[in-house]
Amino acid sequence: MNRTVQKSLFFIVKSVRTSPSNFAGKLYAWRGLSTTPDPHTKVCIVGGGPAGFYTAQHIIKGRPDVQVDVYERLPVPFGLVRFGVAPDHPEVKNVINTFTQTAQHERCRFLGNVNVGKDVSVDELRQVYHAVVLSYGAEGNRSLGVPGEHLSGVYSAKDFVGWYNGLPYNRELQPDLSHDTAVILGQGNVAVDVARILLAPLDMLKKTDITQAALDALANSQVRRVLIVGRRGPMQVACTIKELREMVNLPGTQPDMLTDDFHGVNEALKDLPRPRKRLTELMLKALKEQAVKGAHRKWGFRFLRSPLDVLPSADGTRAAAIRLALNKLEGSGDEARAVPTGEVEEVPCGVIISSIGYKSLPIDSAVPFDPRKAIIPNTMGRVQETTGLYCSGWVKRGPTGVIATTMNDSFDTGRVLLQDLDSGAIDLSEARLGAQGIAPLLEKRGVRPVSFSDWEKISGEEVRRGEAQGKPREKMLDVQEMLSVAWS
Amino acid sequence: MAKHVCLQSVLSVRSVRLWNALSGFQSRSDRLQFQLLQRRQISRQAQLFTGSQNDSSLNTKILVHFINQDGVKNSVTVSEGETLLDVVINKNLDISGFGACEGTLACSTCHLVFEENIYNRLDPVVDEEVDMLDLAYGVSNTSRLGCQVTVESWMDGMTVCVPQEVKDQRELSKRTK
Repeated sequence: MNRTVQKSLFFIVKSVRTSPSNFAGKLYAWRGLSTTPDPHTKVCIVGGGPAGFYTAQHIIKGRPDVQVDVYERLPVPFGLVRFGVAPDHPEVKNVINTFTQTAQHERCRFLGNVNVGKDVSVDELRQVYHAVVLSYGAEGNRSLGVPGEHLSGVYSAKDFVGWYNGLPYNRELQPDLSHDTAVILGQGNVAVDVARILLAPLDMLKKTDITQAALDALANSQVRRVLIVGRRGPMQVACTIKELREMVNLPGTQPDMLTDDFHGVNEALKDLPRPRKRLTELMLKALKEQAVKGAHRKWGFRFLRSPLDVLPSADGTRAAAIRLALNKLEGSGDEARAVPTGEVEEVPCGVIISSIGYKSLPIDSAVPFDPRKAIIPNTMGRVQETTGLYCSGWVKRGPTGVIATTMNDSFDTGRVLLQDLDSGAIDLSEARLGAQGIAPLLEKRGVRPVSFSDWEKISGEEVRRGEAQGKPREKMLDVQEMLSVAWS
Repeated sequence: MAKHVCLQSVLSVRSVRLWNALSGFQSRSDRLQFQLLQRRQISRQAQLFTGSQNDSSLNTKILVHFINQDGVKNSVTVSEGETLLDVVINKNLDISGFGACEGTLACSTCHLVFEENIYNRLDPVVDEEVDMLDLAYGVSNTSRLGCQVTVESWMDGMTVCVPQEVKDQRELSKRTK
């Protein structure tokens, strides 16, 4: 009996998780048959992540005469939904169903394996498209700027996440997890994701699309304690409550926090806005419960601490500890500033992961870039002083927010672009070639784009490989392999 | 025929409950997942029931008014047992980006604002839903996620609003002229 029930349960789970058709299928249905055979208006989007696809969706939906081409550097689409969202958050990846619907729309074309800025310049795109949207995200990361940060054993969270999520550039990372304590610098959702992946029961990860290499490394990991360090206090913590709740509920682990870090927090609680109040209350609850739990894997926040330097091991080859300056807060709330007290603390640790933020990089000298804010200077998504050039997502507003933030932000850019099409701010009198104008350039330069149906071959093969191991997919880690499957 | 299908679907909901009771849950997120599944199952079951002419209680058509982010009103008649997210999808209501995570409590894009008298009668909200609402745009005292609210007959005639992004609209109109 129990067996049968389990089986039917599995079926239900599967059907909920993997039958997107009804959902995404309706996305464009209301438009019916209102398409023209050769859309006149040519728009191109640089970057096939969530910002790119949400912007494309809005533009395609908004006007029946627009062709939208999405250029992506990798042969595979979806950007950080594939390479950033944690493997144990498959529900967040449901947005892929909507993006797929967009990519399969008859007025949308996906051109993977084209590196804008190298294979083709932004100026070349602007010559053949009426409008160009830059939504290539934030591929760099902010560096700590402390001595010793280049020692072996120090990783950026961006690379670490890319490694367990199968980003080809991070394939060789192979982090050394043969140490008891890992310190994560930064307390945003990425930091908490990394902590959770380091401590999660293997059985939980086995069923996800985490790479097999990462799974093997985590199976042999000696990391038993993860400290998540932030320069300010509990009431300034940057992660969201969903991620904190997952840590609190993570099987086989217990919190390991310092009561001293929470000085004065109870008293301040009543004046906090609801989201901040609930987040703080959940931390206090974890703090209170840590004494009664007896798990051997531990995680905890360390507040009011800034990294000073990474200390090398006796033989000088790798990181062995981190020195932290203790801070106090000046002011309160979100505006509070961390000021060093002069006290210093050393924390022995073999793994250090810097998670202080992603950073956008300039794509092309022809595009304005604000190096201080690390964004493309823009007004509501219009790139300053450049007609017909737009931006959306992290390169527009900086690397923060959840998927809904990027969605709204991309719709905003889409809306602005549509307004400029309607108002005549973008000159549509002249026909533009679009992708047809780019194809000869790419051919001359030996670049062959990967179409969306090519990607579906890669995806199919990944799913097939995953099935053998009870995983939703086993991602390919090698670009050449992706290409050979795509064009097989 | 419809009745036969319904029976099966009722049975499988029961089975889920039975399995819950027998086995316990590994984690809160599992429990949550099953709560969601149950709601979905019930919702599917209700849809199947509407095919049957015999059951009047579940065949009731309920009028719901949606006001989208542009302030445009759409009135639809829906079946009892559908979630408001199901309604938006099934009725093709044009609300951009609604239900991005497809009803799995992983985003806040199906955020709706209710009338106070309706809000007060809704099923209690779980922590995980409030976690998402805490990240939503334009959250109010009567906000809920559409994926978590199942239509019932007493809601007939209610109006739900998609929060409007007033600030952006204002800046936009300034910019264009």
